[in-house]
Amino acid sequence: MASAREMRLRIRSVRNIAQVTRALEAVSASRGRKAMQAVMATRPYATKAWQVLKHIAKQPGHENLHPLLTRRPEVRNTLVVVISGDRGLAGAYNANVIRFVLRRFGSYPNPVYYITVGRKGRDLLLRRRQKVVAEFSNLPAAPSFADVSAIGRLAVDEFLEGRADEVFIVYTDFVNMIRQETVVKKLLPLEVDKEERVEAFNSARPSIAATYIYEPSERLILDEIVPRFTALQVYQAILESLASEHAARMVTMRNANENALELVEQLKLEYNKVRQQTITSDMLDIVGGANALEQGQQRPMAE
Amino acid sequence: MTIRCEIVAQDRMVYQDDVDIVILPGAEGEMGVLPHHAPLLTTLKYGVVKVRKQGREEIFTVAGGIAEVQPEVVTILTDAAENIEEIDVARAEQARQRAQEMLVKGVPMDTDAYLTIEAALRRSNLRLEAVRRYRKGATGLPTEK
Repeated sequence: MASAREMRLRIRSVRNIAQVTRALEAVSASRGRKAMQAVMATRPYATKAWQVLKHIAKQPGHENLHPLLTRRPEVRNTLVVVISGDRGLAGAYNANVIRFVLRRFGSYPNPVYYITVGRKGRDLLLRRRQKVVAEFSNLPAAPSFADVSAIGRLAVDEFLEGRADEVFIVYTDFVNMIRQETVVKKLLPLEVDKEERVEAFNSARPSIAATYIYEPSERLILDEIVPRFTALQVYQAILESLASEHAARMVTMRNANENALELVEQLKLEYNKVRQQTITSDMLDIVGGANALEQGQQRPMAE
Repeated sequence: MTIRCEIVAQDRMVYQDDVDIVILPGAEGEMGVLPHHAPLLTTLKYGVVKVRKQGREEIFTVAGGIAEVQPEVVTILTDAAENIEEIDVARAEQARQRAQEMLVKGVPMDTDAYLTIEAALRRSNLRLEAVRRYRKGATGLPTEK
């Protein structure tokens, strides 16, 4: 058994770990909340923009509205934007993203290449010998739209220049503090006629299919709104992922904190045992010594 | 007879109400939109949106974007929008100076950075201009309050 001194040191270091994990937990909790608020704040714009796009799509003769809305007959190359974290210590968060990507796109019928957001995703994909053409890492803790709009623009360019015929985004959807789901969403071509992703914001109003007057032109308006909408989707995905990462880290850190405290208890118990044992043996020594002395003294006193 | 007006910035819902008339800074000129207007889509210039309701007028700055007009609703989607009453003149002035300095000091190589600064400059100019022209009793200086 270790000496009492060694054990004291060990207890102190485990206590420090507990403190660090508790601090990290608190930081993640507040950052996660902020990221979530940021997602919420972008929702009205996204829903409204989506509504406008849908109205345009309802116009007669809308098949070839805009290149970004046109599905290509043959898919030769697929681009996947993968959103992960820059840092570890977040439980299975990063591993889940990569596992999902490999399962979904590992045996895809056509070549797939990637743009990664976050250092962990980049490293893990490169280790698996995947083709990563661009990477964005070290995003600020609370990215603004301007910080990430380049990612959306890059995806749009890849698509428009024909290097990719479809673009997906893989991110982690924040369900609640204990549940995050890795999901995939089609970014381009934008499928306006599908109903899926629209939460009814003002659904009472029937959408009208009358023909629009365009100023200055239909093309210019779509040029304005479609790439922006794509960038916004990327932005939202990043914020969702960020919230998820923080939530995952928070839970991981809470567990680590609990484990550390439990370990401290165990060590304390052992330490006390060791301490008691030393005391007992010291006492025995003293008592033994005292007895011996007493006996030595009694003899002369009896005379 | 009213028309619903929604002004949505990228990061929040700025305004939402039933109003009598909406005046927009359209790409091809300023236009007033009354209830039962024909469906219309237009891009917007940097400028102000005026909203009138029962004789009271509210004014918003918008940094470009688009407007969708339907007979019963006008939706304005923009990067940034503010009610001119809530613009902080001192802050806008500071932002303008900062942006100008950055552009004077050296034009960043990267187009993105350049565009961001330029947009910031245009936004601050727009805000200051709008406050000077439209805010009651304001001179463009942070004198009130």
